[in-house]
Amino acid sequence: MNNRLRYRKLLSHFMLTMTGLCAFVAVAVLFFILGYLVYHGGTSVSWDFFTKLPAPVGETGGGMANAIVGSAKLLLLACLLGVPIGFFGAIYLAEFSGSTTAFIVRYAADLLNGVPSIVIGIFAYSLVVLPFKHFSALAGGFALGLMMIPITLRSTEEFLRAVPRSMREGAMALGASKWKTIASVVVPAAYRGILTAVLLAFARVAGETAPLLFTAFGNRFWSPGWTQPIASLPVMIFTYAIAPYDDWHRQAWAAGLVLLGLILIINIVARVILSRGVAVPRT
Amino acid sequence: MASVRSAVSVNITPPVATPASREAQSPLVMRMTVAKVNFFYGPKQVLFDISLNIASNKVTSLIGPSGCGKSTLLRILNRMHETVSSSRVEGDILIDNQNIFAQDVTALRRRVGMVFQRPNPFPKSIFENVAYGLRINGTKGSLSEAVEKSLRHAALWDEVKDQLHKSAYELSGGQQQRLCIARALAVEPEVLLLDEPCSALDPISTAKIEELLVQLKDLCTIAIVTHNMQQAARVSDFTAFLLTGQLIEFSPTPQLFTTPSDARTEAYITGRFG
Repeated sequence: MNNRLRYRKLLSHFMLTMTGLCAFVAVAVLFFILGYLVYHGGTSVSWDFFTKLPAPVGETGGGMANAIVGSAKLLLLACLLGVPIGFFGAIYLAEFSGSTTAFIVRYAADLLNGVPSIVIGIFAYSLVVLPFKHFSALAGGFALGLMMIPITLRSTEEFLRAVPRSMREGAMALGASKWKTIASVVVPAAYRGILTAVLLAFARVAGETAPLLFTAFGNRFWSPGWTQPIASLPVMIFTYAIAPYDDWHRQAWAAGLVLLGLILIINIVARVILSRGVAVPRT
Repeated sequence: MASVRSAVSVNITPPVATPASREAQSPLVMRMTVAKVNFFYGPKQVLFDISLNIASNKVTSLIGPSGCGKSTLLRILNRMHETVSSSRVEGDILIDNQNIFAQDVTALRRRVGMVFQRPNPFPKSIFENVAYGLRINGTKGSLSEAVEKSLRHAALWDEVKDQLHKSAYELSGGQQQRLCIARALAVEPEVLLLDEPCSALDPISTAKIEELLVQLKDLCTIAIVTHNMQQAARVSDFTAFLLTGQLIEFSPTPQLFTTPSDARTEAYITGRFG
């Protein structure tokens, strides 16, 4: 009996250590990556990095101003496509669709979410790049926007569904139409969650490289307008990391650091918004 | 109880259950009429041939054991049952002699307001909660006057007048429920339906709401569902007893609780089931 007890205590301690260690590793990876990026790229993140164009091959220095602006433009396009479709699709799903339709749409959205991003890239290539015979910001934004749709849709739907039925009934009992109820009560009650969903979708596609390789393509100069090939941070990292120059490697690390920093900030902002009190009390 | 005095002389005979005021000093005006209503959820019939009248500026309470259909009956009165797609109503329901199914549902719900079992304020300020119905109906005139008036009617004004722009969730449960009453009163409904409004509240909040209901009779007609027989006896002028979807007895409240005409009513009010 005593031995049995000792064995069980030992096993308990062993499992506790194991699970704790795994949790530690999971967290440590993030900090390891962050530390590594700072170590390699920290020195190259300078004022020049944010304000200058890439230096010609063979020269050191220069920056990635065009890639930063390019990423911003691509993400703007992605949001213009992905957020409205995801948002209104979610409203249809949560408020209007029957259970069969909802099941099909939800399942399709989950599948779309699982489509490898390179496939999304090829799709955008054949749909936008080929007809225009040109790599362009539009094509890149289209590819990223496609990726944002299912993420925005699914999480927005969850947050809309979390709004209690009693609140909808309260509005309808006052003579509000269904649309009025959704616009003036349901969406405001869920807006924190929806905003978070959009930010997380944004952060997710901000780092995507594969869909941009043959849509936005990349550019070592400023890209005016929306129909020219355009630089972006992830593609720039890819190009610089496989180049044979040490200075480019350093810049790739710096770009990685900037990109990760951006995504971390968006994530933190999203968490803060969500934790500032859920608007709707759970009953 | 002050509330039941006026109804004693009214004679009602089930099952037609129309309170006919043969010898009453002030003749009763019927605000709503329910005539031979059957109600179904999908294939399941929930209400059977219900006929009753709701008298103007009186409190009518619906009592009965859980699942007897009293809440369902109440929800049909402002067509809230239509939020369940498989539901179906047969029979007529009239308000001021107009068929409720023939009018625009949003217009009807403005005339027949509803307060629910659990307080359900919107995630907005106290002010905006009360103003909501006025805003969506595009009411002209001063919002703040209307909000103050409604909050006074709901006996909440003195408690919240200095914090109108705080979130409604900072109020206590009882205050939230009175806020919901104020919200319903703001659009000046002719009829106010209350679906077990005190079931989530403590006794003190409950007493406040009961007191309020008696005062509100001057303003509108009230129909209340309650599982609490003492509450029905305290606040209402007429009481309808429902059992398994059928209207068993509908009488002036004192009569129903002292000399029930049906053995099942007597069994229920003396606590033998339910």
